[in-house]
Order: sequence, then structure tokens, then C-alpha cells
Amino acid sequence: MLEIESLTKRFDALVAVNGLSLTVRPGEVLGFLGPNGAGKTTTMKMATGYLTPDGGSARICGHDIVTNTLAAQRRLGYLPEGAPAYGEMTPREFLTFICQVRGLSGGEAKGARDVAIGHTGLGPVLDRPIETLSKGFRRRVGLAQAILHDPDVLIMDEPTDGLDPNQKHTVRELIRAIAPTKTIVISTHLLEEVEAICTRAVIIDKGRIVADGTPKELMMQSPSGTLDDLFRSLTTTEDAAA
Amino acid sequence: MNAVWTVFKREFAAYFATPIAFVFLAVYLLAMGVFTFYVGGFFDSGVADLTIFFSYHPWLYLFLIPALAMRLWAEEKRSGSVELLLTLPLPVWATVLGKYLAAWAFAGLALLLTFPIWLTVNYLGSPDNGVILAAYAGSFLMAGAYLAIGAAVSAATSSQVIAFVISVVVCFLFTATGAPLVTESLSGWAPLPLVEAVASFSFLAHFRAITDGVIDVRDAVFFFSLIGLFLFANVLLVETGKGG
Repeated sequence: MLEIESLTKRFDALVAVNGLSLTVRPGEVLGFLGPNGAGKTTTMKMATGYLTPDGGSARICGHDIVTNTLAAQRRLGYLPEGAPAYGEMTPREFLTFICQVRGLSGGEAKGARDVAIGHTGLGPVLDRPIETLSKGFRRRVGLAQAILHDPDVLIMDEPTDGLDPNQKHTVRELIRAIAPTKTIVISTHLLEEVEAICTRAVIIDKGRIVADGTPKELMMQSPSGTLDDLFRSLTTTEDAAA
Repeated sequence: MNAVWTVFKREFAAYFATPIAFVFLAVYLLAMGVFTFYVGGFFDSGVADLTIFFSYHPWLYLFLIPALAMRLWAEEKRSGSVELLLTLPLPVWATVLGKYLAAWAFAGLALLLTFPIWLTVNYLGSPDNGVILAAYAGSFLMAGAYLAIGAAVSAATSSQVIAFVISVVVCFLFTATGAPLVTESLSGWAPLPLVEAVASFSFLAHFRAITDGVIDVRDAVFFFSLIGLFLFANVLLVETGKGG
């Protein structure tokens, strides 16, 4: 369970996230939508403990991310934007490192690693340095790292960005497979992705929520019946906002 | 402590995963050799001890250690992996300490690889190996102090070049405060206690005391306090970085 309460972040004069509140329950796959600069990534960075909020709070399975950071982060899997990893390491070394960080050892670690590798199809590239891998494989390394410890809450910033249609399909299948027991938040620009895997969609603009509902409900709010039109009618373009 | 060890292992291995380790070790040993034998005139001195060798350490460390430390945080910020590192369930202090100890261990390894020069003096004469051992320990401690400065500076920027340049400047200040250039320019007008206070911050003075073969608790305390202070600054810099 992820509980976000009036979360606020300012960068100098710019209010990136403006009193945003959101509760996501186990079993939900929440699609986090919004134009570039709307505050999606900033919200995720605050919810995962990378950025300290200027106001409000975020709790992961009841643990406050600011006052009880480690307990919250133990229950969390996070795929940051662009799936950063240590380029000089191989996926095998990298996942072993993550296992150690997560306190998994011996057979437990091997089991967790094998499951994550199986889910993400990393088998063929396990011993090649991550920096030499294709964008798709690098993204999957990031995914494997995020799901390795079977977290209760999974937050993924654009998990399918830059992937080809086959890879997108694989990632969506993976999310669908693990979804029933987990709290999942994904940010995306792909509205068809929301229709395909999300049980709920939230559209944010200028750091505030402007729409919240199941993809079907949101589509009904739109005059033409597509998420695309609703998105455009509710949000401002980056140019207009600036 | 488990967290420190986990970070340490990854960081230490990272030096060897790229040519960085080998380039650094080669340059380090080459520089040590050139300064001892050519610039320092080791053979001409006719004395079988390592005073000349150790006398160049502060000045070589001034450039070599910031080069070792600059990537510690700046590289993670540039590549974005810092976001992963700080969202993993690791206490910030453990990450700071693990990274620092890995770099210090690497600096220690480089220092150990200068052992042929120790063999050389023992072949040429019979030096006081106790003094040499003390000097090695002092050199290692001093490297740790330079490294703590470099690591903290690296946490303040995402550019390795900036980290390197600023570290060299800060390290230079800590080295040069004991050099005649500074003490003499001060002693003309400043009150004596001030001159002594400034000079007492100098790595040179504390290191020289140790290379003379006397490991005074005060010199060790000086280096350890400095390391502690800069590691604390490092933690604060990482924490404030989270403010955006």
C-alpha cells in the first residue's frame, strides 16, 4: 500500500508537485499520466526517498519515507527514469550486489535472482557488462533489480520507454503477472499502455491531480471516448505552462 | 556494518572493472619512482633510508588522491546510479563509509606496491625498518585524509573535473599551511599562536613527525579527526542533495 498525502515540492519559484494526495492499494496497477514537466518523476522521487519533500508525506506499507526511510525502502522496488545501473558490472554481478543490499544470501538469493532473471529474460546477457547491452536489455536489468526482493510496492518510471513493441509486450506481461498481490505505480506517456495493463489511471498537470478513475471511467468522461482527447483537454502543454 | 561491506566490495571491484585501476597504479608507481630517483637524487644521497621517498608523498598525493576520489560521487550523479543507490535500503552513512574505505584500501594497495624500494634500501644498507614502517603507516593515514577531502568534494558536484580541481585546491591548502612560504609570510606580522595554529593544520608537519619515526598519538588523532570531519561533511552533502 502506498499513501501519499499533500506532497509538495518546489524548485526555486517553480512548484513541481503541489499538494498531491493519492492512495494506491494492493492489486491496483496505477497509470501515472501527465505531460512532461507535470511532476510525475518528482512525485516518484519523493515517494521513494530520493528527494525530500517540502511538504506532505509518503508512506510505504505504513512506513514514512522521510522518518523511517530504510523500513519503507525495504518494502519498495523502484525503477528510476532511464533505468540507471552500474555500467561496468554484468547483470549477474549487479543483481548479486542488489541481493546483498536487500539482505538476501545463499539459496534465498539464488532463488530470488533466478526468478527475476526468468521474468525479465536476462539469461542470454548475464555475463556481459551492462553498458554494452541494448536499451531494451538495460531496461530489463532495471526491472529485475526492482522486483528482485518481491517488494510489496513497485514504482516504475516509464518502464517501457524506448523499448520495441515486442519488448513492451514482454514488460507488460511481466507487470500483469505480478500485479495481483502488489501495489504498482507506473508512469507512462503511452495511453494505450494504460488501457492495456492499468486498473486505474491518474492524470496530473502542474503538480496536481486533474483526473482519477479506471481507464474506462476516464474514457467515458472524454467527449470522443478516447483517453487521448481527455488527456489533451485536461493538461497544459509545456510551452503554454512556461 | 553489513551495508558498509556490501558497498565497499562493489566500489573496490569497480576500480578493477575498468582500466582506471591499472592506469592509476602505473602512474602512481612511475611518479613515486621518478621523484625518488631522479628529482630526489636517491642514489646520490648515499644514505640507505627512505626519507627522500617519503618526502615527496604529500606533494604527489596532492594530485594522485583527488584523481582517485573524484569519481566516488560525481560519477554516480552523472550516470544517474545515485538515484538507485539512495533508494536502496542502505543508511547514507554506510554508503559514504563503504565508498570511502574502498578508495582508501585502493590507495593502500598502491602504497604497498612501492615495496621494491623498501627491498632496495635493505639490499643497499641496513635502514631502520621500524622508522620505515612508521612512515608507511603515516603515509597511509595522510592518504586517508586527502581522500576524505576528495570524497566530500566529489559529493558536492556531478562533474569529475570540478571535483578534481576543487579537491586539489583544498588539499593544497591543508598541505601548504605548513610550508615555509605560508609560515614565513605569516610570522612577520601575525601573533605566534596564530602562526602555530595555522601550521598545525598542515599535513606536512604531522606527516614529517611520523616519518621521523615517532608515531605520536596527536598526529594520528589529527589525521583521524580530519577524516571524521570530512566524512561527516560528505554525509551532510549527500543528505542535502536530496533536497533537490
